[in-house]
Amino acid sequence: MKRSFFSLVWVIVIGQFALLSVHAEQSSGRLLATSGITQLEGSGGGGITPWAVISGHSLADSTSLSVSHTKVDVKDFGLRVDAISASYDNRIELSAAQHTFSLKGTAINLRQDIFGIKYRLAGDLIYTTMPQLALGIQHKSLIDGDVAQAVGARDNQKGTDIYIAASKLHLGALAGYHVLWNATLRGTKANQMGLLGFGGDSNSDYQWMPEFSLATVIHPQVAIGAEYRSKPDNLNAFKEDPYQDIFVAWFPSKQVNITLAYADLGSIAGSDSQRGLYASLTAYLR
Amino acid sequence: MLRNIFMFVAISFSACYVQADTLYENLGGQAGIANIVDGFLEEISYDREIYPFFAKSNIKRVRSKLEEQFCHLSSGPCVYTGDDMKSVHTGMNIDEAHFNRVVELLQTAMTKADIDFPTQNKLLQKLAPMRADMLHR
Repeated sequence: MKRSFFSLVWVIVIGQFALLSVHAEQSSGRLLATSGITQLEGSGGGGITPWAVISGHSLADSTSLSVSHTKVDVKDFGLRVDAISASYDNRIELSAAQHTFSLKGTAINLRQDIFGIKYRLAGDLIYTTMPQLALGIQHKSLIDGDVAQAVGARDNQKGTDIYIAASKLHLGALAGYHVLWNATLRGTKANQMGLLGFGGDSNSDYQWMPEFSLATVIHPQVAIGAEYRSKPDNLNAFKEDPYQDIFVAWFPSKQVNITLAYADLGSIAGSDSQRGLYASLTAYLR
Repeated sequence: MLRNIFMFVAISFSACYVQADTLYENLGGQAGIANIVDGFLEEISYDREIYPFFAKSNIKRVRSKLEEQFCHLSSGPCVYTGDDMKSVHTGMNIDEAHFNRVVELLQTAMTKADIDFPTQNKLLQKLAPMRADMLHR
């Protein structure tokens, strides 16, 4: 508890620092709170699922750059995500993220690198009747693969997720408040996002897993919502559950987002009911 | 305690239903809309990026057509007598960034005019479909 409180304070301190240090002029990019946030694997999205939204506020011929830091603190595990993302033209997004996953009370640390690319195929989040559609890839390299091998993963080194996402914001749709939804279909073999390897003794084929987010913008700077991400269940040894969360995302300016969530990661490596706090900070550098 | 909360929620909800004003009324009617449009044009006049688009406009006419348009779109008792959006914006080469900036200026003007967030959003919702006729002309 003390540790998660410290993380939270740290995230807020860094947020204040980012606010002070980034003195970009009021940009004319996309509207506040439509940049989305940084999801667990470094892509622009909600908190746990990638959206069709391209990270940052980039528009025609402009680039956007962001860095983020996320901590998830559940009953028996901690996850730290450091990520960087660049986007161009509101069209293409590149991201790199590193996971550091730890089992509390032990020295076990699992690290994984994730490189992401996302391409907006069609549509505009707000202004077209059709949703914004994007195609994305997350390529994952597990640095510490021993645990994955021990739990029965087919591949303890590399895996690639591919997803298609649709996002739509309905202006003022709920008694004057914007409603945003996203639906993502992810083809994946990953066990616990890849931290426990890819494929397993129960199944080692790609499976298409749906992910959903629903949010509403309750204040010009604040969005609240809920998410659900289904996952494969490839390992005989351990049952794998969907991830779920409810979140509050605060956009004090176009340069900063702070998101807090209550996450339920289900059963991880045999330990059930992994619930706890998720805190994330994204600084938009340009 | 629980009953009090229930009562409170029930009353709050019924309050929502009673307040079935039109968007026009929530914007403050003719006077409110005139105030918003004034503020909007003021924000534009201070904006280095957007002002050039209006530099050669007849501001008096822009003001009265915007008032008509906002009134008409919010179901007020007005008819829009201005030109269609396509011809108004032809030759301006407005891009997404310009468009978003203007939306922000309108939001600022509405906030300064004490228009609440849901009402602001409802007006934006009415204006949004025009974007296709305004961009890249």
